[in-house]
Amino acid sequence: MATLHVLVVDDEPGIRSGINRILGNYTVGYAFMDEDFDFNLIEAETGEEAIEILNTKPVDVVLLDNKLPGMDGIEVLEYINKQKFDLAVMMITSYASLDLAIKATKNGAYTFMPKPFTPQELRATIENVTKHLFLKRMTQKMQVEGKQIRFQFLSVLSHELKSPINAIEGYLKMMQEKQYGDKIEDYEKMIDRSLARLKGMRNLIMDLLDLTKIESGKKERKMREIELGSVARTAMDSMEPYSIQKNVKMTLKTHGNTYLLSDADEMEIIFNNLISNAVKYNKDNGKVDILIEDQFKCINIRVTDTGIGMSEEDLEKIFGDFVRIKSNKTKEIAGSGLGLSITKKMVEQYNGTIQVESTSDVGTTFIITLPRN
Amino acid sequence: MSNEKKLILIVDDDADYLFQMETMVKNLGFRVITAESQAEAEKILDTTEPDLAIFDLMMEQEDSGFILSYKAKRKYPNLPIIMASAATAETGFSFDLYNDNNKSWIKADLYLEKGIRSDQLHREINKLLKL
Repeated sequence: MATLHVLVVDDEPGIRSGINRILGNYTVGYAFMDEDFDFNLIEAETGEEAIEILNTKPVDVVLLDNKLPGMDGIEVLEYINKQKFDLAVMMITSYASLDLAIKATKNGAYTFMPKPFTPQELRATIENVTKHLFLKRMTQKMQVEGKQIRFQFLSVLSHELKSPINAIEGYLKMMQEKQYGDKIEDYEKMIDRSLARLKGMRNLIMDLLDLTKIESGKKERKMREIELGSVARTAMDSMEPYSIQKNVKMTLKTHGNTYLLSDADEMEIIFNNLISNAVKYNKDNGKVDILIEDQFKCINIRVTDTGIGMSEEDLEKIFGDFVRIKSNKTKEIAGSGLGLSITKKMVEQYNGTIQVESTSDVGTTFIITLPRN
Repeated sequence: MSNEKKLILIVDDDADYLFQMETMVKNLGFRVITAESQAEAEKILDTTEPDLAIFDLMMEQEDSGFILSYKAKRKYPNLPIIMASAATAETGFSFDLYNDNNKSWIKADLYLEKGIRSDQLHREINKLLKL
């Protein structure tokens, strides 16, 4: 049970004790809240007294009469807004004129209740105020958390971008100072490494652009019937130079109707990521089998490799941003650590699922299920 | 000192950066052993006591350098440790991400920004080795 502190500001003792009685044993609960709320009443006779309480005690809800002996309710409301207290105000007044209602809501009162009111009216209004306050606070909390996730993402990103810059800068300095001799050939390896790091950076930037497109949701999607086998074929072709180098054999099998209403670019991203991973993390002379299967209500895509595999512990992490499994077997393999995170987000846009099965040193299978519609 | 060259352990998961640091520190006249991960470094520290260590911060985990630092200091309390990182306050990444509890055991002697010049590094190493 959580307690909301309700400040009742009214110069009539009858109203204050009435509200006290009605809310004293009242609780509010909703399906989506973890716990029910009950109410702790604080009373103030005047606006001045109310302000003193607001400055010294936690208050969640203010029930505010407009007609008060000293400063009036609207002035108290203005003060509350100026101080940016995190609370909800409900105006109560016997002069329930439209004019005052507009003025009060303009000044940030959440709602308005005419006097006299029945216990049922008060309870219903309080229920709404509680719900409003809860949702407002939830939203604020989520915004803060969202910012933190963003912050974490940016700090890792800056690390990922700075590392290659440091490496390339280091090599250039070594060349500038001719640390390894006077001939350009002496620096061949450093030049190769610098170019490789630049390529890595370029890939990272491409991946980031993919990610931004997904997250902003602004990219125009061109949905049409796409034959997934041909998309897989294109992805295989682009990996061919590398697969020849490693002597990895890629095969593609399709069963049934492999057309899916989808965006060609997005399907390409999914296949590119899965197939390039399957080749990159394979052993020399290994295999990559791609299977696209019609399951009537959905399409299944399985990409199986005979690669280095992953441990249980690794499997839990691989869909995160910038996650790379670091080991002796992977240290020569370039990657941004974004591919699977992008793939998963992409699959989820189609309400699909992605699963992975893997055994260390034996291989890995990614299984994607994309529903039709 | 010429036949008593000090031994420096350098740990970084970026192979290029590790190679450059190794070259730089060797050129300054030190002996160097390297490791590419926290795990590899721990293995070396089991059997070898270097005179000074330079750790990267973000390796297997984003706080690998801290953990390594803690473990190294527990085994060799007098080992001077330099923490080198590409992450800085300027990019928004600060050590505040770690709680106070962690802070109390982070025992690096010096934080250095990556991309340090050879003469700066030499000065800092000499200071820590009291040369």
